[in-house]
Amino acid sequence: MIKINNLQARVEDKEILKGINLEVNPGEIHAIMGPNGSGKSTLSSVIAGREDYEVTGGSIDFEGEDLMDLDPEERAHKGIFLSFQYPVEIPGVTVSNFIKTAINESRKGRGEEPMKAREMLAKMREKTALLEMDKSYLSRSLNEGFSGGEKKRNEIFQMAMLEPKLAILDETDSGLDIDALRIVAGGVNKLRTADNAVVVITHYQRLLDYIKPDFVHVLFNGKIVKSGGPELAHELEEKGYDWIKAENA
Amino acid sequence: MTDLAQDLLSSFVVAEPQLNGSRNLGVVHLRKEALDRFEAQGFPTTRDEEWKYTNLKPVLKHDYRILLKGDDAVSFADIKSYLLSDLDTYKLVFINGKYSSWLSDSTHQEFDVCTFAAALNKYPDIIAEYLGKGAPKGETFVDLNTAFADDGAFIRVKANQTVDKPIEILYLTTNENGPAFSQVRNLIIAEQNAEVQLLERHQNIGDQPSFTNFVSEVFAARDARVSYYKVQNDSDEATLVDNTHVVQKEQSNVHVGTYTFGGKLVRNNLHFYSAGERAESHMDGITIIGDGQTVDHHTLVDHQEPNCYSRELYKGIYLGKSHGIFNGKVMVRQKAQKTNAFQQNDNILLSDKAKVDTKPQLEIFADDVRCSHGCTIGQLDRNALFYLRSRGIPKREAEGLMTYAFAADALEYVKIPQLEKRLNRVIAEKLGINLEFAL
Repeated sequence: MIKINNLQARVEDKEILKGINLEVNPGEIHAIMGPNGSGKSTLSSVIAGREDYEVTGGSIDFEGEDLMDLDPEERAHKGIFLSFQYPVEIPGVTVSNFIKTAINESRKGRGEEPMKAREMLAKMREKTALLEMDKSYLSRSLNEGFSGGEKKRNEIFQMAMLEPKLAILDETDSGLDIDALRIVAGGVNKLRTADNAVVVITHYQRLLDYIKPDFVHVLFNGKIVKSGGPELAHELEEKGYDWIKAENA
Repeated sequence: MTDLAQDLLSSFVVAEPQLNGSRNLGVVHLRKEALDRFEAQGFPTTRDEEWKYTNLKPVLKHDYRILLKGDDAVSFADIKSYLLSDLDTYKLVFINGKYSSWLSDSTHQEFDVCTFAAALNKYPDIIAEYLGKGAPKGETFVDLNTAFADDGAFIRVKANQTVDKPIEILYLTTNENGPAFSQVRNLIIAEQNAEVQLLERHQNIGDQPSFTNFVSEVFAARDARVSYYKVQNDSDEATLVDNTHVVQKEQSNVHVGTYTFGGKLVRNNLHFYSAGERAESHMDGITIIGDGQTVDHHTLVDHQEPNCYSRELYKGIYLGKSHGIFNGKVMVRQKAQKTNAFQQNDNILLSDKAKVDTKPQLEIFADDVRCSHGCTIGQLDRNALFYLRSRGIPKREAEGLMTYAFAADALEYVKIPQLEKRLNRVIAEKLGINLEFAL
């Protein structure tokens, strides 16, 4: 689905990604772990097309197409979704209007008709139930005054509505208590199909108890320095990141 | 002295005997004094501190007609779009400063919704009590207006009455015969515990330049509630100097909302005099202007008594080569302890050629007060833009959506849903965004 080859990126003069290689296939869940400042969030932003980062080398191929020249919205239309670590508050725009606009702009981008109002409503009802959200969420201003947990749940709600092919969850577990974590992870698991894929970016192993990865990668100093199965996450949880730092010093 | 000032002075001699109220000696006296002060001061220039950023010269140079005639040719179809069509309202319509009874819907039943001319001719006691008591002498545009104005809206709501529907005041200029200089005046009185909602608009429907020098005096007695909305979306030929002065007594609550989307030059002198304990003053506004347009908001809240609250929130969005000015003065007199005053002016520049001058001015002579003020000038938040785009919303729509959300914040206090809807529509139009956002 996505093939990242020797990806290098920087912000201003600071090299952050120093040659990332990663391949994710449909149906797979990948976890990217690593200490703070290793480049995890940069990687997710670059995949989603954030313009503050300058890609200085390498390529990202999504379903056979080069992503590099596409705007963030075009990437979204192709089925890439980024759940933000810090979702932005947009006062004055309700969740339901926002999601309606996002869905219909994405459909327009793909040359499809707008979704019928009835269908939209039914879908919103279904997905709020999935994430155990009260319907009153929909009429609130986007993320304004939301608790940390509500913001993250709202991200997964958007994911559920947009049905992306590739979802990147950037530190979705941060700021969640154990109940919210269970609901959010449960939502992600229910959204899995054989055709979509999830990349979970996390500092801790905790989330991976709920969203079980097929592959775990360790990102350190702008490179993936170790890859393995789910057991690698447990090893990191036990031993911390110091041995990784020592190995790659 | 400018040519226009000379023209005005010589026109006064001709006009004065014909003005409404010319048989009332008090009024005659008031006018002559005001004219003398205008003669001494003339029009302000950019050398005057209060007019530093707004140059009147280009709009004063036109050869304005000063003594205007009404226009019977204007029909309801011509003015419909300037009124709230989906709402039953009282209407006061003036054409070139003359009352148009056939386009209006006035009342004298339980409260007076009629004309300033009628007040001048029929209510000498009210005129003696109120006229010129709100708008200060010595302000040159106020003086000029006092000398000439003999019509406009007169609204008086007696104690404990609530006006059953909003009042729309529409001032039209039709100027086929050349540039027009018009001077109209409101006198609005809400007696004890009375309530009224007003909507006001000035509109040039000709293709020649117009200059409107407007004064509105508002008196809110104890416990009175006044909502006053100004929609300023005039043509590129129109200049407006709006002098609105609000005098508030104990526990009164007055909101003035100013929504500016057009006009060549708009200067709003909006003054609140908080002259009774626990009075509440709200002023807010949205400005969205573009190429060749200047809007200058000069506000004053004068806290004279203890325990009063004032809230001021102005949002500005500037496109093209536009110029915005905000000068917000908050005065807290020594007696006005426990004053709570809030002021905020936020601006977004959507073009490299747009310019904003913003200046908060606090003068505090009491020692136990809470005053906060802030102003920002910026571009749209990049983080938020990326967030919206990553959800599939194209850049242009995302910018429009964010700008809309920024502005709509200042609509919170609009109490007439039809007006709010209409303002939303105008904002969406101005920003070129899908109306669906604006719900």
